[in-house]
Amino acid sequence: MHKNAPDSRPRVSTRSLADLGEGDSAWLVALDLESDVALRLMELGFIPGSRVTAGHAAPGGDPRVFRVDGGEVALRRETTRHITVETVP
Amino acid sequence: MSACHPPPMERAPRRATRTRPATVAIVGAPNSGKSTLFNRLTGLRQKVANYPGVTVEHRTGMASLRDGRAVTLIDLPGSYGLAPRSEDERVVERVLGGTMPGVPRPDAVLLVLDATNLGRNLALAAPVLALGLPTLVVLNMADELEARGGTLDTVALAGQLGATVALVSATRGEGLETVQRFLEGTFAVPARIELPVIQNVPACRLWAGRVADRSAYRAPAPAIWTRRLDGVFLHPLAGPLVFLAVVVGVFQTMFTVARPMMDGVEALVLGSGRWLGAVMPASPFRDLLVEGVWGGVGSVVVFLPQILLLFLFIGILEDSGYLARAAVITDRTMARVGLQGKSFIPLLSAYACAVPAIMATRTIENRRDRLATILIAPFMTCAARLPVYTLIIAAFLPERPVLGPFVGTRAAALLGLYALGFLAAVGTARLLKSTILRSGRTPFILELPPYRWPTFRSLGLRLLDRAKVFLTRAGTIILGVAVALWLLAHLPLSGGRAPAIADSVAGTLGRAVEPAIAPLGFDWRVGIGLVTSLAAREVIVGTLGAIHGVEGGASSSAGLQEALRKNLTPGGAVALLVFFAFAMQCVSTLAVVKRETGGWKYPVLQFTYMLTLAYLGALAANQIVGRLVGT
Repeated sequence: MHKNAPDSRPRVSTRSLADLGEGDSAWLVALDLESDVALRLMELGFIPGSRVTAGHAAPGGDPRVFRVDGGEVALRRETTRHITVETVP
Repeated sequence: MSACHPPPMERAPRRATRTRPATVAIVGAPNSGKSTLFNRLTGLRQKVANYPGVTVEHRTGMASLRDGRAVTLIDLPGSYGLAPRSEDERVVERVLGGTMPGVPRPDAVLLVLDATNLGRNLALAAPVLALGLPTLVVLNMADELEARGGTLDTVALAGQLGATVALVSATRGEGLETVQRFLEGTFAVPARIELPVIQNVPACRLWAGRVADRSAYRAPAPAIWTRRLDGVFLHPLAGPLVFLAVVVGVFQTMFTVARPMMDGVEALVLGSGRWLGAVMPASPFRDLLVEGVWGGVGSVVVFLPQILLLFLFIGILEDSGYLARAAVITDRTMARVGLQGKSFIPLLSAYACAVPAIMATRTIENRRDRLATILIAPFMTCAARLPVYTLIIAAFLPERPVLGPFVGTRAAALLGLYALGFLAAVGTARLLKSTILRSGRTPFILELPPYRWPTFRSLGLRLLDRAKVFLTRAGTIILGVAVALWLLAHLPLSGGRAPAIADSVAGTLGRAVEPAIAPLGFDWRVGIGLVTSLAAREVIVGTLGAIHGVEGGASSSAGLQEALRKNLTPGGAVALLVFFAFAMQCVSTLAVVKRETGGWKYPVLQFTYMLTLAYLGALAANQIVGRLVGT
């Protein structure tokens, strides 16, 4: 789905949720956030191992809507930067 | 197996022998249709109150049973889990645990889950079932589940959960027989089942997934219309345009469509007042009733159509799901002043009235952001400022076209005053967020519900509630001020006759404040108006009218404008506008701020700050305009 395939051609690339563009999907790896925020996000479906798809964004690209666990949640870039995801090319 | 039959099975591991529950709590995630079910079960028999000491709304209602008895229902705030992190969740935890003062521990629980996203919603079942209270699992949105091709086996789910399961559509009122039967007392304590460690969110979610799988749950297809609409409403170009069109449309309608309705109410009030004056024998009591009560209260009741219209719009936007998208679109702009997208909704409602706006800040989880929003909301140009603005502008500004035939000098001045209030709000937000309400970066986490048609029932209940609040205010505060003012203007009696207004108690009061307000260009007449308008802004119009009337002027709005021109310099007029743009002259707002912030600290701070700003702003306006005009 995503285009920025690096030269080393890793089978799995690790990056942050903020790097996903509209329509990109990834597997969630870890939430490097305050425990309150991380737990709230987990309650909304952002659980390590789940699949996240980036959706529409507000003008300027921030915040962005993410589809996860059957729901849609809007998050700011400052939050998604701390969420590690894995994309399988 | 994959049956979707509405009268679902009851599974009662321990058949109920206990008495009917007296209090039943409704628990569920936000957007699960909890409140729709609550409205459906209680109808008009509900009331809103606050829990003591906390700022979370408390809705209770009576549900009638088929045998004529009734059950008290508590609609708890929406919560994703029972780990108390937000203020809302603390309330849920305390009510369910029986530690909320003034609220009896519920005898049973209605757990409302969104059947279209059972996996995630079921995670809430683990902590709720662990409470050991008699629980009915209400799977809501049965109609949506079916329409989008989802299925599940409710009997298997009941077996998995050890509790009775009802598949309902609260919007359509389908499948509610099981809920009725549960409330009547033929319910069961849930069977002991193996639950995950409830503090462990991923474990709860895994458990929920397993339970859903074993109940043959097939998730429905994604909501196609929601995707399509978001393609427009969150489109980089179309999104902001639609948003602007919505905001402009709401305001335009409020001022154009509401106009004839307001004229109608005004004609009704004036006509009935005149009739009353004609049929009653001449007496001080008749004057009090006609001038004081009818004049004072009537000038405020006129705003009811406009306020209800605004609430209708906000209700439609909220219930349809658009408001959440508006919050996403405005988040970046709000972040510039240190707030967030969730502050947008209350600030928009503040253009009608700050009181409901301040109550609407409850959706903002971060306490400091919420306080900042509460403190700036009264700067938004509320409906009560309009009569004051309209009167002064009409008296001092001749109408000339500015921008073509549509925007004249008067409309431009009015828009300028809206902008002035908005700028004061933005500036204050910045000030607050960089000083006393400084907080770390607030995570903005907002779930976007699917778009849904608003129902007449929920919109109607909301409008009814608002009309009640507004009319109560008109019938108490404004009535009180109107009567008090009338009395003050007619006392002390000298030789059995009312004194000249300047010698009355009100006049003495106005003279007492005159030295303080003279630098702003205000005389004692305006002084009386400023004192009475501390109760509510719009009262000043009635006050000035009353003073003018007592002084023997014509009781028409043209006569009042004439009198204003005589008693105010242009500098004083601009100063008065600026004063009203900034000052906190509203007892209801102060009361609601005290209630919502849990003390006198913030309302006192807010009142002092706004009054200081108003005084300095009016002083500057009078001096500057006075120099320019040369008076």
